[in-house]
Amino acid sequence: MAVKLEPHPNFAEVVPPFTAREAEEEALRCYYCYNAPCTKACPTNIDIPRFIHQITTGNLLASARTILDANILGATCARICPTEALCEGHCVRAHESRPVSIGRLQRVAMDFAMDHGVPTLPPRPQQGSGRVAIIGAGPAGLGAASELLRLGYTVDIFDRREEGGGLDTYGIVSYREPVAVSLFEVDLVRRLGATFHFGEEVDHTRLQALKSQYDAVVVAIGLGKVPRLGIPGEDLPGVFDALDLIEATKVGDLSTVTVGPRVAVIGAGNTAVDAATCAKRLGAEEVTIIYRRGEEAMSAYQYEYEFAKQDGIHYRWWSQPLAVVGHDRVEGLILQRTTVDGDVGSRRARVRPIEGSEWTMPVDTVIRAIGQEKPVDLWVALGAQVDHGRVVVNPETYETTVAGVYVIGDCLARPGEATVVQAVEDGKRAARAIHQTLSRTPV
Amino acid sequence: MADLSINFAGIRAPNPFWLASGPLTNTAYQVMKAFDEGWGGAVWKTVGDPIINVSSRLGSLDYGGRRMMGLNNIELISDRSIEENLAEIQEVKRRYPHHAVIVSMMFEANPNVWREMVHRVEDTGADGIELNFGCPHGMSERGMGSVVGQVPEYTETITRYAVESASIPVIVKLTPNVTDIRAPGRASVAGGAQALSLINTINSVMGVDLETWRPIPDVDGRGSHGGYCGPAVKPIALHMLSSLYNDAAVPLPLCGIGGIETWRDAAEFLLLGAGALQVCTAAMHYGFRIVRELTEGLNDYLDQRGIPRVEDIVGKAAPAIGDWNDLRLSYSFQVVAKIHPERCIGCNLCYIACDDGAHQCIERVDGETAPRVREDDCVGCNLCSLVCPVPGCIEMVPVEKGPVETWRMREARLNTLSQG
Repeated sequence: MAVKLEPHPNFAEVVPPFTAREAEEEALRCYYCYNAPCTKACPTNIDIPRFIHQITTGNLLASARTILDANILGATCARICPTEALCEGHCVRAHESRPVSIGRLQRVAMDFAMDHGVPTLPPRPQQGSGRVAIIGAGPAGLGAASELLRLGYTVDIFDRREEGGGLDTYGIVSYREPVAVSLFEVDLVRRLGATFHFGEEVDHTRLQALKSQYDAVVVAIGLGKVPRLGIPGEDLPGVFDALDLIEATKVGDLSTVTVGPRVAVIGAGNTAVDAATCAKRLGAEEVTIIYRRGEEAMSAYQYEYEFAKQDGIHYRWWSQPLAVVGHDRVEGLILQRTTVDGDVGSRRARVRPIEGSEWTMPVDTVIRAIGQEKPVDLWVALGAQVDHGRVVVNPETYETTVAGVYVIGDCLARPGEATVVQAVEDGKRAARAIHQTLSRTPV
Repeated sequence: MADLSINFAGIRAPNPFWLASGPLTNTAYQVMKAFDEGWGGAVWKTVGDPIINVSSRLGSLDYGGRRMMGLNNIELISDRSIEENLAEIQEVKRRYPHHAVIVSMMFEANPNVWREMVHRVEDTGADGIELNFGCPHGMSERGMGSVVGQVPEYTETITRYAVESASIPVIVKLTPNVTDIRAPGRASVAGGAQALSLINTINSVMGVDLETWRPIPDVDGRGSHGGYCGPAVKPIALHMLSSLYNDAAVPLPLCGIGGIETWRDAAEFLLLGAGALQVCTAAMHYGFRIVRELTEGLNDYLDQRGIPRVEDIVGKAAPAIGDWNDLRLSYSFQVVAKIHPERCIGCNLCYIACDDGAHQCIERVDGETAPRVREDDCVGCNLCSLVCPVPGCIEMVPVEKGPVETWRMREARLNTLSQG
């Protein structure tokens, strides 16, 4: 089913755009630092003082060019980057007043590009030639494609979905980022010359074939489904994978997505917050996030946590599910109190159940949000070296132990939160590494 | 409470803040409203043979999100009849006998006209006359305004026409559109002026509309040079004010004009020799109400320093301004930049300013937020401390480097040596 460009009013973008006056005032707050800490904190090294300065001179086209030159997913990142930990977290103005609202200013420039015209991005000075296949049209794949195209390469992008954008299109709640923004970015890469092959699932057989047809293959397939909880009753109707639920709100008819009045979300990361706030917008009356550790150890960003609390989401810390109960659908969740041995702030500390603390929480819907499965089978079939379920890549080039095959983005399953901005940077770096290799040994 | 009243060339006013001649002193309504708000005086918009204006008339230089850092205008002198103006002046003076009412005048170079007009102005009870030798647009093309102020002989002659007929003080308002302000100043002295006021507006073109390529401001697609004023012109005014104050050949009271917006500006003008002050742009921008902050701020400033009367500070900072040749040379004295690392926020603006725009004596240090000054190479230019956004982060520390020597002293020493 096709993605929806116009979201239901409940799912309209939460953060309003700056007015022209707000943008001018905020842009003027930027000190135009040299060797700016914000830029250094940005994984893609956007020249932030320059794009903000360009806003103050009324040249929004150039501002958009500055952003897109470094990050083809500037419009997504303007909305969903953890700016408090990255650019804004390093803004020098935080010392004396408050950081410049870099994310929202970036959105001003990117909204201009979406509404009034896209700046041309100049080719990179050193041009190469060759053909590269990219598997996955998500943030990492688009990042790699953009850089390769600007370096002079021919790029084919394969994706199992009907549309590009990956998680940006299917997995980010639309009140954070409207679908149209993600599709705009796919279009930017198309304009740069990429050929998209949608609806094409690439298994390891196909991957081997592509490997022989192209000069390099970039794997950017992201992660898989939310793992099963491994407890009785989880196949009862009313138990959802968080990503499936979010996708359902972005694809097809919203009326087909139903949650009960009482919802439990298992896990306390950013996806859990998204699922919980989605459930609220779908009509749930009481939504509770359940986590087997304490507040100190949750992986959600602070602003996500604040957003959840503003939405009236409840948290139940130090509890884990033992079973989903119900006759022909979910009626409740058996929970057990927990504690950890050692540091409560660490997600590595061993969780210890408290015997005899079991109790039943009446719920109508259970949503799993405990991470995503790693594509280990593919790595094994490919013959690439794997370590603890993660494919091994050269940290500089992103090349696997299989020559000519590169892996970037979330499917690397690095520790910590995966971000779109890091995925784009992965893509840029892999693209440059491919260029270095191919231009050294011309085909 | 400090005594803010002044006696400027015999003109008394409850405080030194006068409205300058301009659109805001065009009518009795405006001047009386201003006096009610607290202005100490007003210079009536220039009376002369009524003119016909054009539209539009004003252009603004905006900067950093603020409006009207500079303002330019192509409005001419009063477009109301002389009779109307004089009747209103008389009425204002009758109702406000203790406020200073000065009448700005501009007439052709004819002694008979001046004699008659000066007498008619005096009959209103006005406290003084200001000769508008400064207006740089429109009237200058007709042989009046700044063309008079730019030629010392004309300045002297017409000043004399007015002074010979007047029994009230005559103030000559000088144009800054000259190479040395002392020349028209001295000519005014020669013509018998009792006081000077400065500066009038500066020749300017405000800009070009980038969509239409029309000038700003434009009159149906055409523009003309206009008079520039507002906060941006203050440094030019302070220079001209202090150079006249320090000129022994110009022993006249000076009325300071040019970009005064706050009590701080006012205090600086007073310290550099202004015995009275005129304000125009700031009151056009924000209204007459700003005078309360001006008088309150100036009063607090004086009270905090135990200075009883505003007249006590007039000119007190002027003697320190003089010839470059009398400044200590850098081998004798200099300042050296000192960055206080605990205040540094790491913007590196000092680094890039020094490296690209000055003397390459600030370097960045790996792993440290604050750049470091190579003190031996620092010439003490101030640029780093000026671009630093954090108050007090970069201090310019004075260093005594040798015996006192200025260029003048050095030349004298070297001459002595070569003769010996």
